[in-house]
Amino acid sequence: MSSQIATSIRHRTVRRARSGMRRQGRAVGVQLLGPLTILAGVVWAVAQPWRIAFLYPDGKGFYDYVAQPPLLVVLVGLLFIFFVAPGLIEDLERERHGPEG
Amino acid sequence: MVPKAEIAHWLAASVTLLLGLILLAQVIVGPEVFATRRWRAYLWPFVALVGGIFLWVIAIFSTFSTMHLVAHSVWAESAMIAGGVQLAVVRGKLSSPYWWLVTAAALFFSGVAFLVHEQNGWLFSRSAFLHHTIGWSLVVAALFPVGAALRPGRRVWSTGFALTFVVLAVMLYSDRDSAPIFGHFEGVVIRR
Repeated sequence: MSSQIATSIRHRTVRRARSGMRRQGRAVGVQLLGPLTILAGVVWAVAQPWRIAFLYPDGKGFYDYVAQPPLLVVLVGLLFIFFVAPGLIEDLERERHGPEG
Repeated sequence: MVPKAEIAHWLAASVTLLLGLILLAQVIVGPEVFATRRWRAYLWPFVALVGGIFLWVIAIFSTFSTMHLVAHSVWAESAMIAGGVQLAVVRGKLSSPYWWLVTAAALFFSGVAFLVHEQNGWLFSRSAFLHHTIGWSLVVAALFPVGAALRPGRRVWSTGFALTFVVLAVMLYSDRDSAPIFGHFEGVVIRR
């Protein structure tokens, strides 16, 4: 009987550790999406600097300044980092502490 | 003062990329955690619906050919129908996974519209190449919502669906009104 209890406690501990690691991995995954997007935009800007109107202003109009693709990619990454990722991380944390805490 | 088509495509690419990232985040954290905040669950259907409205505006302005008018109208209609149905699913008014077939049809017909309204071959110009690539990508990507309808709950469908938007964004960012593709540019496209 006591060995059964010990085994079930060990199983529960292992399961909890695994689920904690999975949650940690998910949090890291969400946190990486924004920076990776920004990195893609920066790499693109370095590879094709002429697509940034601020650096090559000759003959550029209003809309060329509004939509500069590499900067748009960076902007999307920033929007994700500041408006989407924090809420998701918070909810992942709450899920971890909620039922077990 | 109407912007060039490529600029509208880049702005659309940004919205598509953000949507793709949010859908990828949904795959990573799981649907339960993602739906903790209701606004996130409503986000993609809402973006599809509003995107459809903007596509109608573009359909009104892009009257330079009947094919473009029809194609933009098909995209607008598809986006609004798919967005509306998914809003009803999120709201709980519709519950069957088979409603994903509506999204599949929207992707499929959007892809077909891309393919049909491009009159030139793959290597005519970058724009032509991208029309073919996007068209076939959407036709193939229609399999993901079909999978979600027939075998719901599998992560491969939601991952494929999310990546569809990321790939679509990359292709839309690559668009130029007139530019060569793989060195081909057969001298008939107007140079800016």
